[in-house]
Amino acid sequence: MGAFKASWLALPLVGFIIVTLLVPIFSLIRLSVYDSTVADALPKTAETLQAWQGTEIPSITTFEILGEELTTARETRELGRIASRVNRVLSGSRSLISKTARRLAREDAPDVRSAFIAIDEDWGQLEIWHALQQATKTFSSRNFLQAIDLGLMPDGSIEQMPETQRVYVTLFIRTLGVSIAVTLLCFLIGYPMAYAMAHAGPGWARVLLVLVLIPFWTSLLVRTTSWIVILQQQGVLNDIFVFLGLVGDDNRLTMVHNMTGTLVAMTQVLLPFMILPLYSVMTNIPRDLTKAASSLGANPYQAFVRVYLPNSLPGVAAGGLLVFILSIGYYITPALVGGSKGQLISNLIAYHLQTSLNWGLAAALSVILLAGVILLYIVYDRFIGIDRMKLG
Amino acid sequence: MNMMGWRTLKGAIGIFTAFGFLFLIGPLFVIVPLSFNAEPYFTFRPEMLMLEPEAFSLRWYETLFNDEEWHRALFNSFFIGICATILATTLGTLAAISLNHSNFPARRTVMALLISPMVTPIVIVGVSVFFFYSLPFIGLSQTYLGIILSHAMLGAPFVVITVTATLAGFNQTLMHAASSLGANAWTRFRRVQLPLISPGVITGGLFAFATSFDEVVVVLFMGGLEQRTLPRQMWSGIREEINPTILAVATLLIIFAVLVLFTVEWLRARTAKQLQHQ
Repeated sequence: MGAFKASWLALPLVGFIIVTLLVPIFSLIRLSVYDSTVADALPKTAETLQAWQGTEIPSITTFEILGEELTTARETRELGRIASRVNRVLSGSRSLISKTARRLAREDAPDVRSAFIAIDEDWGQLEIWHALQQATKTFSSRNFLQAIDLGLMPDGSIEQMPETQRVYVTLFIRTLGVSIAVTLLCFLIGYPMAYAMAHAGPGWARVLLVLVLIPFWTSLLVRTTSWIVILQQQGVLNDIFVFLGLVGDDNRLTMVHNMTGTLVAMTQVLLPFMILPLYSVMTNIPRDLTKAASSLGANPYQAFVRVYLPNSLPGVAAGGLLVFILSIGYYITPALVGGSKGQLISNLIAYHLQTSLNWGLAAALSVILLAGVILLYIVYDRFIGIDRMKLG
Repeated sequence: MNMMGWRTLKGAIGIFTAFGFLFLIGPLFVIVPLSFNAEPYFTFRPEMLMLEPEAFSLRWYETLFNDEEWHRALFNSFFIGICATILATTLGTLAAISLNHSNFPARRTVMALLISPMVTPIVIVGVSVFFFYSLPFIGLSQTYLGIILSHAMLGAPFVVITVTATLAGFNQTLMHAASSLGANAWTRFRRVQLPLISPGVITGGLFAFATSFDEVVVVLFMGGLEQRTLPRQMWSGIREEINPTILAVATLLIIFAVLVLFTVEWLRARTAKQLQHQ
């Protein structure tokens, strides 16, 4: 089989991954900056408004075109979508547009402009027209600005969101904090475990490996369920605490549906991803190294910190990267055991995808998350090298 | 620090390590007995701790086996899992064989591309396929095909990795020998290469199946009522009305995980033995 022929065999999978992952990711990026809903539904209005200077109320022709297109949109049931898009630019526009489209035909006025203004005098203000002009633009940085708590005002200026509406930056920071905390916890708990596995006798090593692999192969949902069972107020851990007299029966600890739940469950779920690369690296560290260090007069602490730890670093780096990447995009566990205080950015992405239906914002939040992950890979590759990563 | 001090420290680390293992495996053992609870609670009642027979029952397993929704979830999980596994294993094995040739062009880049599903945060995968498959001209949202394609994509990297690892121990002269005996490319692959790399292929397949079997974010974002899988059904169970049926499912899934684990370890041992023979 020639080399040329052999490399063709990789093409089906290469093509498959491009079509099922890369193209969808590109469509995600596109969606975060591109939205043609309003421009498609109100094409002539869009065209007219692009030429509008924005300094005075548009001409009567613009009113006529908008009136016509709103009526059509109402007939084709597009109106709701248009109204909610404009509402994202200027809140209050939703009801204004719906009301106007509904009443326009019945309004008795000398011309369309007076009809609009008779329905609501906001049509005589510049603000709604600025909002419409902005909504008819297909490319917009609005979603990205909103994803970092900035608002694109109808007149095109950028302002910080009022304090009560600033949620995303906090959530990004919280997600970052939780990911770092989970990675550190996994390292602290997992390092001695991997060490025990690598340095136990063959029989024990096998038993310990099975103890790590069973949770690794067990469904994530099962493990999250078990934490609810253990941590809830009437749960196993509280029962034990009450039995031991550590806490009273009437003030049981709240350990689930908050940040504690998220941290504990995520650490347990991701622990095998830290242990397995560490174990694989540690089994290859020559036993004689630490012995040599001791014979040269190093105490156990020095032998460990100066000799053993540096040799195990590739495992630490691989496990750390794996746990960090997995936790930064974690959705299921925080959603089930996090309550409202333990939610991460991915939960908000899901919220905008499924509940608020603000897909553009969901896409922008995802793109920022993705950019962060890619940046991390680049840094990792520069300092440690993706090639040196061992996955067991 | 003197000898005593070091020993105390070592002992303390030992206890800490033991707690680590307890922390990792303990939660699973809590679930199993509770799934036999005779009452609709999630806690051990005194009667259970006294091991009174009346405190235990199979009622949640009965509920489970008589429930239409769980039946469909079980069917969906296996149907989607098997289809995704076949797709991922076929494409992944071919790619690994091809990548194994030393003169493969741009090997590093291609490998990075093939591994990318494994290292992309799952929420981003879920959101992306949801948007893409919802596009009117694609129309794969809420279909089996959409989920199968996504799961095959998520599982394929594991096949590439395990088969590549097995191929590293594969003796290429065997192929030349077969060739000199007049075997064509297909015969060489089927009669010589495939039997020897089959442990790697099967392990990769099991990883791909487990990936699909455990995946819930894509199903959650993109699947409809029709396509509810076991983890998706558990998700609703936990969020909506939590009852011990969930624990019965969980127990069965733990048993399933143990079976998969031992199969994978058995295959790994077999490959290791084979490499020693060579």
